[in-house]
Amino acid sequence: MATTAKTRPWRLLTLLVVILIGFSVWAFFPGTGNTIRLGLDLQGGTQVILLPKPVTEGTEITDEQLAQTVEILRARVDGLGVAEAEVTTQGSGSGAAIVVSVPGLNQDRIVELVQQTALLNFRPVWNIYGSTPIPAVDGAVAAIAVPPVQASENSPEFQSELAALDCTDPTVLAGGTPDDSVKWLATCEQSGAAKYSLQPAFIRGTNVTNATAELPQGGVTWVVSLEFDSEGAAALSRASTELSALPECGSGAEPCNAFAIVLDGIVVSAPRFNEPILGGQAQIEGNFTVQEARDLASVLKFGALPITLDPVDVTTISPTVGSDQLRAGLIAGAIGLVLVMLYLLFYYRLLGTVAGLSLIVAGGLVYTIFIVLSKTIGLTLTLAGVAGAIVAIGITADSFIVYFERIRDEIRDGKSLRQACDSGWIRARRTLLAADFVSLLAAVVLYLLSVGSVRGFAFVLGLVTVIDVLVAFWFTHPMTVLLGRTQFMQNGARWTGLDPDRLGGVSVADALAGQSRRKRREASA
Amino acid sequence: MNKLTAIGQRLYRGEVSFDFIGRWKTWYIVSGIILLISVGALVGRGINLGIEFKGGADFSLPAAICTVEEARMVAETQTGAQSIVTVTGAGTVRVQTQTLTPAESSVLAGQLADACGIAKDDIKYQVVGPTWGAEISAKALQGLIVFILLVSLFLTLYFEWRMAVGALVALAHDLLITIGIYALIGLEVTPATVIGFLTILGYSLYDTVVVFDKVKENTRGLTGQSVLTYNEAANLAVNQTVVRSINTTIVALLPVVSIIFVGAFLLGAGTLLDLAVVLAIGMTAGTFSSIFIATPVLAQLKSATPEMKSLTTRVYARRVQAQRKNPGAGEEVPMGDTLVTSRILDPSDRSQPRKVPRSKRK
Repeated sequence: MATTAKTRPWRLLTLLVVILIGFSVWAFFPGTGNTIRLGLDLQGGTQVILLPKPVTEGTEITDEQLAQTVEILRARVDGLGVAEAEVTTQGSGSGAAIVVSVPGLNQDRIVELVQQTALLNFRPVWNIYGSTPIPAVDGAVAAIAVPPVQASENSPEFQSELAALDCTDPTVLAGGTPDDSVKWLATCEQSGAAKYSLQPAFIRGTNVTNATAELPQGGVTWVVSLEFDSEGAAALSRASTELSALPECGSGAEPCNAFAIVLDGIVVSAPRFNEPILGGQAQIEGNFTVQEARDLASVLKFGALPITLDPVDVTTISPTVGSDQLRAGLIAGAIGLVLVMLYLLFYYRLLGTVAGLSLIVAGGLVYTIFIVLSKTIGLTLTLAGVAGAIVAIGITADSFIVYFERIRDEIRDGKSLRQACDSGWIRARRTLLAADFVSLLAAVVLYLLSVGSVRGFAFVLGLVTVIDVLVAFWFTHPMTVLLGRTQFMQNGARWTGLDPDRLGGVSVADALAGQSRRKRREASA
Repeated sequence: MNKLTAIGQRLYRGEVSFDFIGRWKTWYIVSGIILLISVGALVGRGINLGIEFKGGADFSLPAAICTVEEARMVAETQTGAQSIVTVTGAGTVRVQTQTLTPAESSVLAGQLADACGIAKDDIKYQVVGPTWGAEISAKALQGLIVFILLVSLFLTLYFEWRMAVGALVALAHDLLITIGIYALIGLEVTPATVIGFLTILGYSLYDTVVVFDKVKENTRGLTGQSVLTYNEAANLAVNQTVVRSINTTIVALLPVVSIIFVGAFLLGAGTLLDLAVVLAIGMTAGTFSSIFIATPVLAQLKSATPEMKSLTTRVYARRVQAQRKNPGAGEEVPMGDTLVTSRILDPSDRSQPRKVPRSKRK
């Protein structure tokens, strides 16, 4: 392990500067949102952690269903009109958790809204209307209805509320209101393009046994094939016989020959019956693209296996408490950083400044990379993340300590300062890589196998470990080598931190034994 | 330069040597007593789990003007069950009740706000169902097992299996002590505590890896000489890294301690404080164990191998011979398990070509 090729400190430093500038440019240009996104515990808001469980015992939740659930929840939460509301999953399959975060003020409605089980119903269409509210006949403006509106019969009240429904309003399309399948339903098509009045359901989602997107033999457009259980098949043959005899929807006829597939209270699709369907197998045609057909199939499959959402953890934090926590975290971080720097300066003198600068560079990198990740993958900084970053100060500083102690060891072995900076590095490097690998391994395992705030912490710790290695290789080492080449350090002044006489000089024991290695070497030379 | 540097220099050269390996019995006894207390506390007192683990509702009322009794009255009237009300740092009143539905907790938050003269929006509250704690504990346990398997594999490949055993014994030691202290003091265990606990995993092993790397370096080609036994070479490695270990611990603890102070005085209980407390305990235990537990365990395992046994025999035989030749030297030499302070040659130094000092180069 003697010295290898000479270090080229300027190259490494340039590399680091390029990386730093690169991330800074990416972080601060162009456009807006050039700050770290704060988690709910730092900016205030409500967070609900939901555990999805299948309604039917013994069935497993697939990732597809999970994704569909998240889609539904997202639509519901977006309906609240709060900016930056988030729905994310952690983990996969039956072990997954869904985290709904709504920043800002206390939102009591959120829990109720998100824990509602999304149901799929097939309902005969009564009539289809334009998306905007219809003025009442007598000229009076009906109260703005909160959708979807349900009633036990097609009463005048139901009709007037239906008329008042505005499908162009995004909150109307949020869904999340319990859809009672035995009642009438007034609701919107999911894009907001049309308004429906729907009769009580004739088939429920649980009657669907399978749904697949297919390209029929010789066909040009995709279709969705549906299979029903015996109850569903019977209901289908009855309804299709009845409905297919009715006039076309949109002609003003009430009722008309279409049925609506309603997921979570919103119409996903409203095909018409061409003919009676008797076998319990149906096909929905409609100039679908592959994607549209697949989306519809997964909606149908999802409805077949409803998921209940159990709110296991509801946390509400006021914006004041959030900002207090952030401030406390920043103060603790600043104090910690200053203390560590002071200690390193006290102990390693001039070398300590290299360590201090390294910490600042590492901090700058962490900050800019965090902004970049906030912008690109929507990473949020939580209190646990702040704690991770503070803890990482000490762990990062350790890399420098390992290196500096190695340099001192080399000087004690009689090497010159220049040699020591290089050969000490080669030895320290291996130790650093092995030790940081263990740290990174811990962070990655924690991140992959945990839920909630542990992930935020693990992510920051892992990120900082990588940056620690980067800074040690491309900043601390070249800076130390450059410093070691200066005349000042070579002179070995008392406060360089590497004074050879103090480090490896003649000790009392050596003097008595008369066999100091340095002396021996000098004598033999 | 300061005293630590001077000691560091003498430690490195073996002029001053603490017998970390030879006095293993002492360390094991000290550790054993601490571990016994830990296990005793764990069995006797158990762990004080936070509401995240047993389910419940937790309301934090910052700058509340009500008394603990008033807050308790409000909470108990509303829930009809016992509640725990405490005052934490900075005048925050904390109310813990049984688990409530989201609607109930919203009502109670409103009543507490009225009673304590603060805005409802300023209340931080959390409602946790009883199953959630089991869920995160199971996840944490899963993470722990996977990590231990992976890290054992890494340590076995990078070092050798005996080092993996030493490192894992030290790790188990740190984790057990940390849990024990939690049980003993009755500190509340929250998810933040679990995070900190899992971080100790990485930190404890990181520390051990640094020491073991030096042991590995010192013992390379050891069987080719007869000056040093494995125990002595390993002991030298610990001595050579001990200054680094002290510095690292100080530097790692400084930010953690500053979190504890800021957390306790500015925030009261919370994620930051919980995390910092567990880390402070774990990091201290981690440094102790990498020096006093991990390396002695390794040395004992390693010394029991046939090669190292024969090496030890050779080394002692040579020392006896040397003493016969030169009985007047008066220098004590290590002859058994105890290492006597003595100048020891650094084996890594022997295997390297002598460097010509810069001034003497052509």
